[in-house]
Amino acid sequence: MNKKWIVPTLYILFLMLPIYGLLSMSFKTTNEILGGFSFFPQQFTLANYIKIFTDPTWYNGYINSLIYVVMNTFISVGVALPAAYAFSRYRFLGDKHLFFWLLTNRMAPPAVFALPFFQLYSAIELFDTHLAVALAHCLFNIPLAVWILEGFMSGIPKELDETAYLDGYSFSRFFVRIFIPTIAAGIGVTMFFCFMYSWVELLLAKTLTSVNAKPIAATMTRTASTSGYELGLLAAAGSLTIIPGAFVIYFVRNYIAKGFALGRV
Amino acid sequence: MRKTTNQKAWWLVVPVLLLVAFNAFIPLMTVVNYSLQETFGDNVFFWEGVTWFETVLRSDRFHASLLRQLLFTGMILAIEIPLGIAVALSMPRKGPWVSVCLVLMALPLLIPWNVVGAMWNIFALPDIGLLGYSLNSMGFDYNFTQQPVSAWMTTVLMDVWHWTSLVVLLCYAGVCSIPDAYYQAARIDGASGWAVFRYIQLPKMKRVLTIAILLRFMDSFMIYTEPFVLTGGGPGNTTTFLSIDLVKIALGQFDLGPAAAMSLIYFLVVLLICWVFYTVMMRNEEQ
Amino acid sequence: MSRIEFKNVRHAYPPAKGQEPVYALEEINQVWEDGGAYALLGPSGCGKTTLLNIISGLLTPSEGSILFDDRDVTQLPTAARHIAQVFQFPVVYDTMTVFDNLAFPLRNRAMPEARVEERVTEIAEMLDLSDRLQQRAAGLTSDGKQKISLGRGLVREDVNAILFDEPLTVIDPHLKWQLRSKLKELHQQIGVTMIYVTHDQVEALTFADKVVVMHDGGVVQVGSPVDLFNKPKHTFVGYFIGSPGMNVLPCKLDNGQPVFANNLLSSGYPADTDLSGKLEIGIRPEFVRFAKDGIPVEIEKVEDLGRYQVITVKHETSQIKMVVSEDQAIPSESPQIQFDPDNLRIYCDDWAVESNDA
Repeated sequence: MNKKWIVPTLYILFLMLPIYGLLSMSFKTTNEILGGFSFFPQQFTLANYIKIFTDPTWYNGYINSLIYVVMNTFISVGVALPAAYAFSRYRFLGDKHLFFWLLTNRMAPPAVFALPFFQLYSAIELFDTHLAVALAHCLFNIPLAVWILEGFMSGIPKELDETAYLDGYSFSRFFVRIFIPTIAAGIGVTMFFCFMYSWVELLLAKTLTSVNAKPIAATMTRTASTSGYELGLLAAAGSLTIIPGAFVIYFVRNYIAKGFALGRV
Repeated sequence: MRKTTNQKAWWLVVPVLLLVAFNAFIPLMTVVNYSLQETFGDNVFFWEGVTWFETVLRSDRFHASLLRQLLFTGMILAIEIPLGIAVALSMPRKGPWVSVCLVLMALPLLIPWNVVGAMWNIFALPDIGLLGYSLNSMGFDYNFTQQPVSAWMTTVLMDVWHWTSLVVLLCYAGVCSIPDAYYQAARIDGASGWAVFRYIQLPKMKRVLTIAILLRFMDSFMIYTEPFVLTGGGPGNTTTFLSIDLVKIALGQFDLGPAAAMSLIYFLVVLLICWVFYTVMMRNEEQ
Repeated sequence: MSRIEFKNVRHAYPPAKGQEPVYALEEINQVWEDGGAYALLGPSGCGKTTLLNIISGLLTPSEGSILFDDRDVTQLPTAARHIAQVFQFPVVYDTMTVFDNLAFPLRNRAMPEARVEERVTEIAEMLDLSDRLQQRAAGLTSDGKQKISLGRGLVREDVNAILFDEPLTVIDPHLKWQLRSKLKELHQQIGVTMIYVTHDQVEALTFADKVVVMHDGGVVQVGSPVDLFNKPKHTFVGYFIGSPGMNVLPCKLDNGQPVFANNLLSSGYPADTDLSGKLEIGIRPEFVRFAKDGIPVEIEKVEDLGRYQVITVKHETSQIKMVVSEDQAIPSESPQIQFDPDNLRIYCDDWAVESNDA
């Protein structure tokens, strides 16, 4: 199917263009950028990147983001695992309603929660901490994690559990030693999604932080408004935010298609 | 799977319940609280009942942003779904290039949303951005900061760039799950490419497509960051969608009452449409 | 309808980088007569599906050519070969009605609608689907869906052959028999060439006029079911067909006569038979009898299967199975067995040695 190659190729080209724009801009000086359009950097410079790697306000942004994203991923997947197991194996009072209610939280417009979250987390003195953002993101990540994991778990026949119990495993031993390795692909996919949705979210992350736990996304917007348009610097910062994402996809690339197929879809 | 009835399973669900409820109930209660009262500061509240709801539902401003939102979501779905399907169908199902394609396509999905907005902001600037510069040098009069039409087109294009890959990945998974025998049978039956799409691929993709449409609808209806960073809601308020308007009112003007009422109405609209989708999806599954 | 011929066909799937190609099909020269009912019998992995796909054009062989009525069709695409194929699990177009499913291949070839209706009603009648024509195909049971798959093949008037790839795999056991009889009936009615791939010997032997037995990518024997049973040309055929299969025992030659475990056996072979290689004798359990003096054995197991009994006996290290009638008395003391010389065959390197009168 040689003709078919055109469509994916064009599409990927379309996707890469703005990214290229960003990358090339990150290697230019702000003067060159503002001076007019140039496809390749005329005065190639690494100054923007150097600034980011040496200025704490910048690189802390990345570290902060990474911290709360990782925290959130582990919390979300951690509590979702037993819950998904319950939904998959058991019937209990109110289970269908509970499941649906969980999904509705995924449908909550973050804008609705911006102010209330600000007040809530200030009240419990978690404002401007990584934990605050990690917990806040649980609102939509936990339902997602439960949803995906339940899909994977339902694909594993119950006979596996029963055999383990007959063999004398306690529930926790069975869960950790047998069950989790069996759904490893599913856990991988879930972690990918939790990471993704937490890494990219800005509104809540910005609302709940000010200095100590400020994510990189917020640092970038601050730059744009106060010190004028330091476009080169912004571009470099933006380019660097793509890296963790690329890294994660590369890791789970084999599971993406399989994961979508095996899970809820 | 035959499930056994066991009320003790609740223990497994308690952590999830606590964490999500903490984040959901308390803020929601606050919002409901605000929506029913009026305050002039100093924590003094006056009961207003449904006044705020009426105000919001009657306000032209709300209608305007709701309409803009619906128009935006409509355009998004009309472009992203067919495009996503087309790309998914044209991708190879086996071979070394599959991983490369998937990774590259997934890249836009993992960029922080404000970076997406900022990227497109610069990309589309008329004199220094790749897109803006090219369009203007081709003779189009393009300036998204000042022309509503250009602003809309850029916003839509940005969302297409950002999210179509999600549809692609979902549909691709659906298509890959079709056993070869179906294609073989179609060859034997002499079916045309279009017939293969209509009678084999599309029906098998129904489930993933429903999920894709549901997700895209929800996320585009709640969109905030990307358009905000790109256009700030402008020029004027021509690209002010529901979320942007809401945040303006809540955090900008600190008009808690109307903001809270609007939040609840917003939430209910999303909830209603999703519930309809969900029920339809579950019914399809049972079939 | 046409006569299908395989000339020097070999097929290897594309190997991984740097590796030698592995042949899924060794050299096949085979003629499938027009209107014949053939079964392709063999264990999983022997190449039957590969062969089938080469006939239908879903696969192009790496070597050799295929001829339909002396016309070379090796490079011809599937749609042009006028072949129908029924797969292991039912392939139906879920969104269409049964009628539309059956009409699909005809409409794709721009047949006038009136004629389409005629044909579909005719075929539906043959398959007992007439009362369900307006139902959605997705709602039928597995055997109904397989009938639809079959129907899509039959409905075309210009079909050269119908190929079946283990079509009864997903059918409930009590319906298998029904469908099998229906297939046989259809073959007698329509007379189109049918090639039926299976690993189940019962299916093969009851459906086909001629059975092609395959083993490890090659055709081992072609013959009628009776021939295959009585005169297996390869130890694999003997072992695979019949239940239980043929006993294959190591032997030596002494003055041209087979010797099994120091027992000289009488056989139909001429006295000066001289062979070298791996020597074995093959004797079907039905032709092993208790006798007053013969090879001493120990009885290991007796299974009473109703009208006959299967007895497993042992001589030194060799296990031998016997099939005797239900009222055959089993000797309790020092049982001895004899092999019927008329049905004893010698196999050299797995291939049967023909005695002069065989």
